[in-house]
Amino acid sequence: MQQNEMKLEFDSRSCNESFARVAVAAFMTQLNPTLEEAADVKTAVSEAVTNAILHAYRNSLPDTVDKIWITCRIRDDLLEVEVRDSGCGIADVRRAMEPFFTTEEENDHSGMGFAFMEAFMDTLQVESAPGGGTCVRMTRRIGRETEAPDAPLPKDDVETRGQRTDEWNRPLR
Amino acid sequence: MDSVFAIAGTVMTVHLPAEIDHHTSDRLCAEADRLIERKHIRCIIFDFARTTFMDSSGIGMLIGRYKRMRFMGGTVLAANVGERIRRMLELSGIGRIMDIYEGMPS
Repeated sequence: MQQNEMKLEFDSRSCNESFARVAVAAFMTQLNPTLEEAADVKTAVSEAVTNAILHAYRNSLPDTVDKIWITCRIRDDLLEVEVRDSGCGIADVRRAMEPFFTTEEENDHSGMGFAFMEAFMDTLQVESAPGGGTCVRMTRRIGRETEAPDAPLPKDDVETRGQRTDEWNRPLR
Repeated sequence: MDSVFAIAGTVMTVHLPAEIDHHTSDRLCAEADRLIERKHIRCIIFDFARTTFMDSSGIGMLIGRYKRMRFMGGTVLAANVGERIRRMLELSGIGRIMDIYEGMPS
């Protein structure tokens, strides 16, 4: 089984939005994602990090530096991304996740953040409590777009795959 | 940021950057709004030719300018929209209120 993990801690500043999504995309390259898959994950990470910067820490004093934490795990072809903050939390998570719901319409917010995370990842879980921070957990299976699971594989391909699997399962000496 | 905005009469073309997120769109919106007022803009063309990444901040940017222009009787178009950006515009319902072009409208 392929397994890997990385953790990031960075300041809640808007210039780190691009850093965070590029770092996650770089970590996931070991899964050989398509450009589309990498772009989907980058969008979802950008949404989660932007939410933390804009909403979670909106009540912070101007000179305070708040932190955002990202944990990424790979298990076989599954990518798991967790974006966590210690900010003000969300009182009504269900309502916040409704498409077009925004607390700041006058500031040009689309209210599509969670909707995009849902659209571009396979699963999305949001844990939050007022005053207790928010944790967004998302998963995405990588590599499905390059395969057609319903189509029968050519005989040669099956054999090649069989051999490779055997080799991977061989105990290390 | 000057080369981002091209103005011809009352038409303003916004040549959007490679990456549109909350960090970049905040500054773009402020500058666009300043020009809309100062140059009496009646039509905005958002040109996505250079854009390789966008999140929902870009959607907010479009909706905000759309509302502003509609209030003044103007129009907003999206040009050089690739497949990925188009999917986001459709997900957010912008496809129903704004004209979207694969190339540049003539």
